[in-house]
Amino acid sequence: MNRPDDTAYRADALIDEDIGEYLDRHRDKDMLRFITCGSVDDGKSTLIGRLLYDSRRVFADQLEALEADSKASGTRGAELDFALLVDGLAAEREQGITIDVAYRFFATEARKFIVADCPGHEQYTRNMVTGASTADAAVILIDARKGVLTQTRRHSFLCHRLGIRNMVLAVNKMDLVDFSQERFDAIEAEYRAFAEELGIERITAIPLAAVTGDNIATKSEAMDWWDGPTLIAHLETIPVRDQSSADAPFRLPVQWVNRPHQDFRGFAGQVAGGTVKPGDAVRILPSGTTTTVRAIPSFDGDRDSAEAGDSITLTLDDEVDCSRGDVIASADDPPQVADQFEATLVWMDAESLKPGRGYWLKLGTQTVTATIAEPKYEINVNTMAKLAATSLDLNAIGVVEVTTERRIVFEPYDTNPTLGGFVLIDKVSNQTVAAGMLHFALRRAQNVHWQATSVGREDHASLKNQTPRLLWFTGLSGSGKSTIANEVEKKLALMNRHTFLLDGDNVRHGLNKDLGFTETDRIENIRRIGEVAKLMTDAGLIVLTAFISPFRAERQMVRDMLPDGEFIEIFVDTPLEVAEQRDVKGLYKKAREGSLKNFTGIDSPYEEPQAPEIRVNTVDMTAEEAADYIVSRILPLK
Amino acid sequence: MTSRTHLDRLEAESIHILREVVAEAAKPVMLYSVGKDSAVMLHLARKAFHPAPPPFPLLHVDTTWKFRAMYELREKAAKDAGMELLVWQNPEAKERGINPFDHGPLHTDMWKTQGLKQALDHYGFDAAFGGARRDEEKSRAKERVVSFRSASHAWDPKAQRPELWNLYNLRKAKGESLRAFPLSNWTELDIWQYIMAENIEIVPLYLSQPRPTVERDGMLLMVDDERFPLRDGEEPQMRSIRFRTLGCYPLTGAVESEADTLEGVVREMLLTTTSERQGRAIDKDDSGAGMERKKVEGYF
Repeated sequence: MNRPDDTAYRADALIDEDIGEYLDRHRDKDMLRFITCGSVDDGKSTLIGRLLYDSRRVFADQLEALEADSKASGTRGAELDFALLVDGLAAEREQGITIDVAYRFFATEARKFIVADCPGHEQYTRNMVTGASTADAAVILIDARKGVLTQTRRHSFLCHRLGIRNMVLAVNKMDLVDFSQERFDAIEAEYRAFAEELGIERITAIPLAAVTGDNIATKSEAMDWWDGPTLIAHLETIPVRDQSSADAPFRLPVQWVNRPHQDFRGFAGQVAGGTVKPGDAVRILPSGTTTTVRAIPSFDGDRDSAEAGDSITLTLDDEVDCSRGDVIASADDPPQVADQFEATLVWMDAESLKPGRGYWLKLGTQTVTATIAEPKYEINVNTMAKLAATSLDLNAIGVVEVTTERRIVFEPYDTNPTLGGFVLIDKVSNQTVAAGMLHFALRRAQNVHWQATSVGREDHASLKNQTPRLLWFTGLSGSGKSTIANEVEKKLALMNRHTFLLDGDNVRHGLNKDLGFTETDRIENIRRIGEVAKLMTDAGLIVLTAFISPFRAERQMVRDMLPDGEFIEIFVDTPLEVAEQRDVKGLYKKAREGSLKNFTGIDSPYEEPQAPEIRVNTVDMTAEEAADYIVSRILPLK
Repeated sequence: MTSRTHLDRLEAESIHILREVVAEAAKPVMLYSVGKDSAVMLHLARKAFHPAPPPFPLLHVDTTWKFRAMYELREKAAKDAGMELLVWQNPEAKERGINPFDHGPLHTDMWKTQGLKQALDHYGFDAAFGGARRDEEKSRAKERVVSFRSASHAWDPKAQRPELWNLYNLRKAKGESLRAFPLSNWTELDIWQYIMAENIEIVPLYLSQPRPTVERDGMLLMVDDERFPLRDGEEPQMRSIRFRTLGCYPLTGAVESEADTLEGVVREMLLTTTSERQGRAIDKDDSGAGMERKKVEGYF
């Protein structure tokens, strides 16, 4: 097995002779993270296998396994199949495709590298976005026989959107086009024309053959017309992203407050931009309080300064209010604070975006509830065309409006990825369902202010001599929600409680008459009812609502709108057969006949509450008994 | 401004991960195996929370078959860091006398895999730090920094959450738990260099020294105590040996070596032709997919 004798890897002599000197040199290396984009057919895994092999990341025992594997399941006959070195999980080895992001490591004399190895098929857009989010550069593979393809455009577009500014166009399989310069030049020209449209500035195209190692670490003899760098030589010179953000204004998202004893209060986090030193004036956001940095204590003694990328602890001169989620920033150049944004969203979950549903939004160290409006448009990742869309499915990319329940500290993603990149998390499944990049705050947010009122919700409640509650009845159509809620309200009225019953049909005749029964409309229906109910509890009322409210996430959304303990979920637990048999309004019959679409329990799901405060069984109890039971559970309400 | 070296960047990233988990988990714990990776992880934790001690205990899932030198350092390291040390030995394995000589793969399953699950359930930990690295083994290359486990501790490679930027989704339902790997992006060489740069104490077994050994099934085993049953004709011999990884002494193969300094160890490592896990019998039982299968079952 011959490995290239190129300088990039010629370390052995020094290791043998003077290990101390070698280690000194290696310790000062920096680190570049890059992503490789391409499909199996482009030879991406072969390229990475080659990089590892050439840099001696492959040891004798692995090589033995590789030789055996190559014979058993390789695609290259008796030769080594480098792709088998990197296709890790058994499932993908059987299918011969790479289905997840894998991280690989190798080092040359000048640098350490972390490679995010990403599958290139359209259905793996989310994997590519994941790999691109931490990359300093992108290596985009092209099969020299095929030239610039739709997927090349897709990969370039995604990497550019994620903020990667250095693109390497690796024109692979040159051995299969007779190492033709003409062919290479034509591909490069075509790519540049397309890249210019996208605004990609820094492009380096390199002709190579991963299978034989030509122009990977060693200059190709077969392509003596090429006077540019080898792939490795070029990767050794690309600037690392952190370096540019050190010139930006100072930003420290606070991760954790360190309070070991009364006399020490430190704010720990990873610097997301700029530099800081003791004595610097800083502003704490979103509150806007200003103070001064006292010290940067560390395990190895106080530090003189810190910069973007460092994980540090700061102490401040004043006893200011500052906790996880706040951002400590340069006092004269602070980031913005807002609660409505335009953003690019990449959907990553099998369950589509539900406009209006509350998701957790995590940005930096801030986690808040956020809702997404119907997309302004979806982007076709192959043609870059803007398409009309009402939702986003798995792997779709769109531009949306995001509203957060409270103001967050942010910067546009292109200015500061740490304060502009976010993920959305489903509140029920806890899955990461989307990644997003903030563009800018919408002007509205700056112009609408909360009206501070002098008579507060406590005053309203105490005037009525009661504790506000929202009694949220949920259950199938025909389960008995309205009947029981009506009974409960009558009983409360007899006890001089001030109540109001919001009923599904009635609200749909007025406030929500513009809404239909699609999932999106159902979510908006519940959101509006939640807001109205919240205003009524602010006014001190005991509010009863009777809506099917089939989705857990929306019931959770309303629960989150109210102070702890005020939302009482009452599950009217009636089996579908029983409700259908009752069929008071004749709706089940219509749904079964197909003349009524999206009917809960028939062709639209009902998600049962997992831990309702109260559950009533209408098979064993009459409506009156159920109402008595509920009232007994919620009293005294004073 | 000077540009940061790869060790600076790795250190900052690991500290960020440690702090995120502590900020969001209800009851975190650090799995401490006394090996070199654990030593680095513990050191990073001390840096992350300085001047406070790391706000979680150390947990050693013990098999009773570790090298004696490991038990000695275990106590000292916890004391130096000002942390509580929890030791868990699977009571069932203890009662049935499970050992590596008579029980083969069952030894690892009962003491380590089952033992770990028992310990996490017993104490109610919802997040556990582990010292695994992505460069160790092929199936680990795709492991997330934060890996989600079901209530039965199962790992489903298809259900792992996407991880973007440095944003980790640490949300979970009751009963579910997380494993977090602060050293995900470190290589073996990075670990050694950091140990040298930061002067981190490691078990002396990593350095070469004459030790009593027997050769068995192609592996060089150290006779660490009197429980080692010698086969007919086996006679312990003194050889200059060291270990590249440390586990249960009857399962951990030594390499013959003259490297008695850290520099010497790194020199040998760089010139070596076998990969790190080769000295461990554990990955090899039933061929290539060994580690992937173990992870699905809940092994760390």
